[in-house]
Amino acid sequence: MWTAWMIAVRFLRDGRGQTILILFGITIGVAVIVFVTALISGLQANIIARTLGTQAHITLHAPDEVNHIAPAGDITRLTLEDPRPQRLRSINNWQHMRDLLDTDPMLDAVSPLVSGPAFAQRGNARRSVALIGMDPERYLRVIPVDRDMVAGRFQPAADKVVIGHRLATELGLRPGDRLRIDAGNGRTATVDISGIFELGVRELDERYVYMDLKQVQTLIDLPGGVTTIDLTVADIFDADAIAARIGGLTGLKSESWMETNAQLMNALAAQRLSTRMISFFVAVSVAFGIASVLSVSVVQRTRQIGILRAMGAGQRQMLLVFVLQGALLGMIGAITGSICGVLLIASFDTFGPGLFEVSVTPGLIAATMVLATTVGALAASQPARRAARLDPVTAIRNG
Amino acid sequence: MAEAGDFNSADEVLRLEGIGKSYNLGLPTEAEVLHGIDLALTRGDFAALVGPSGSGKSTLLNLIGLLDRPTRGRIQLLGEPTAEMSDAELTARRATTIGFVFQFHHLIPAFTALENVLMPHMLRRGRPNPKASAWARQLLTDVGLAAQIDRYPDQLSGGQQQRVAIARALAARPALLLADEPTGNLDTVTADGVFELLRRFNRTFGCAVLVVTHDPRLSARCDRVIELVDGRIVRDERHAAADN
Repeated sequence: MWTAWMIAVRFLRDGRGQTILILFGITIGVAVIVFVTALISGLQANIIARTLGTQAHITLHAPDEVNHIAPAGDITRLTLEDPRPQRLRSINNWQHMRDLLDTDPMLDAVSPLVSGPAFAQRGNARRSVALIGMDPERYLRVIPVDRDMVAGRFQPAADKVVIGHRLATELGLRPGDRLRIDAGNGRTATVDISGIFELGVRELDERYVYMDLKQVQTLIDLPGGVTTIDLTVADIFDADAIAARIGGLTGLKSESWMETNAQLMNALAAQRLSTRMISFFVAVSVAFGIASVLSVSVVQRTRQIGILRAMGAGQRQMLLVFVLQGALLGMIGAITGSICGVLLIASFDTFGPGLFEVSVTPGLIAATMVLATTVGALAASQPARRAARLDPVTAIRNG
Repeated sequence: MAEAGDFNSADEVLRLEGIGKSYNLGLPTEAEVLHGIDLALTRGDFAALVGPSGSGKSTLLNLIGLLDRPTRGRIQLLGEPTAEMSDAELTARRATTIGFVFQFHHLIPAFTALENVLMPHMLRRGRPNPKASAWARQLLTDVGLAAQIDRYPDQLSGGQQQRVAIARALAARPALLLADEPTGNLDTVTADGVFELLRRFNRTFGCAVLVVTHDPRLSARCDRVIELVDGRIVRDERHAAADN
């Protein structure tokens, strides 16, 4: 092994021009892979963070009400079914459910909330809004609204509400102003504005009104009930599996952010696929580069290979000499390529559009190293086999 | 009473019995290059293999050097038949028992003179130990290249390169040294020096030396001359070397 390694290194050093040229090629390939992968994962992390900044990873609802139709037996029957309207209903026994979910190690936060439609009214202006009653301490662990306050503070309490900045603009409200809430069934309340938030999502900034849990329960006539339990999970990509498990466990309708944002997930998957395609084709062209350089080297060194074989080098040793050259080219190229990739990313972060931060993880660098070294060794395997199979006599005579 | 196995004397290095070699077997162009060669070399032999071009000298040398297998006949190296050996075993025998010197020095350009001499050792044992390095230095000193030990082949003259090749061939202390036109591309003075080296190592180490040469001056200075014509040995005679 030592000898094969030494011969491989010397051969690479001896053919300096070729070695430098192919290393240049591998460097560019690896830099492209590192940069594109980091860029796309940075972009995706940014999109996901923005999306999940304003929604729970998993939401639990009371199951839909359905019509039960008696089984028909052996007779054929035509059924005309009128689907039932889904009235606001509470999750049964939600306190117990909350305590149970609190003990689940896969979940980071559990926040029961009650929400329903209402009108917000100031003077003659009326806007339709969504009332959200919750426990602020639990809710902020799911959606940190307190980080996005533009005025006042996030302190919903009895008769004190927090509204979005679009609603505030439309109704001309500032912290301390008063607002009338009409839940549409004859129940109304007059509340103070304690704070104004801006989540950056039009729908939420226009419609969300955060209130005290009990007050919303009273307004929408759901005393003691909650309509939704919001959950966050440690690993966001486990959300689907956890949602399915909790749905089965509690009998509630559970939806993960991945289902709610199926379009986004498709887009992200397509993006990842295109990144992989780019990486794959770059790796293939790098492999062909290494293979062709080593093929030329085998031809150039035919006589030397013959001499080495005549002096007692085994076929395995000759094979190893060329496979090691491929692996070495891949590895050195991966090191220089990673450095170039990191520099590219640093310059992107400094001089780029600055919309999001791109960072390189040690895992990406390690994966690239392993990939490039393996690709190098694999690319070398064909020329290496040819070198190993060379017949010493012919090689010395014709080389 | 000697048994069949004792047929070879203890000093016998190589024995060829009825060796034949054909190329393009089974094709219309099939050609037999060697026809029934019988030959034995003993320890201390210093033999010249002569003959016109195309007489099969190089083919015979390749067979003796275990670089190729005969179509017919048996080869025994140090009393061991080689016909049944695998390629790996042949490679091992080549490395331990046989030293090669070629017409063109065939040094590996990427390695220094010392590393080239150590190459057979490194190919078998890996990293050279101090003993192997000392021996390689000694050989290079013996061939008069003490000052050129760390030079690369392209920094040496033709004669110096050939002397490195001789040192390399002797590094494994082979029982048999094969030289294919070792002085073929050297001027007469340099050629004499190289020939002298072979002669000296033949005496010091007692290894059998077989030199393929076209040069009647050199063959005249060998102890034994084997002449090959059209794939047959037509002359095999011993004489006291003229330059003793």
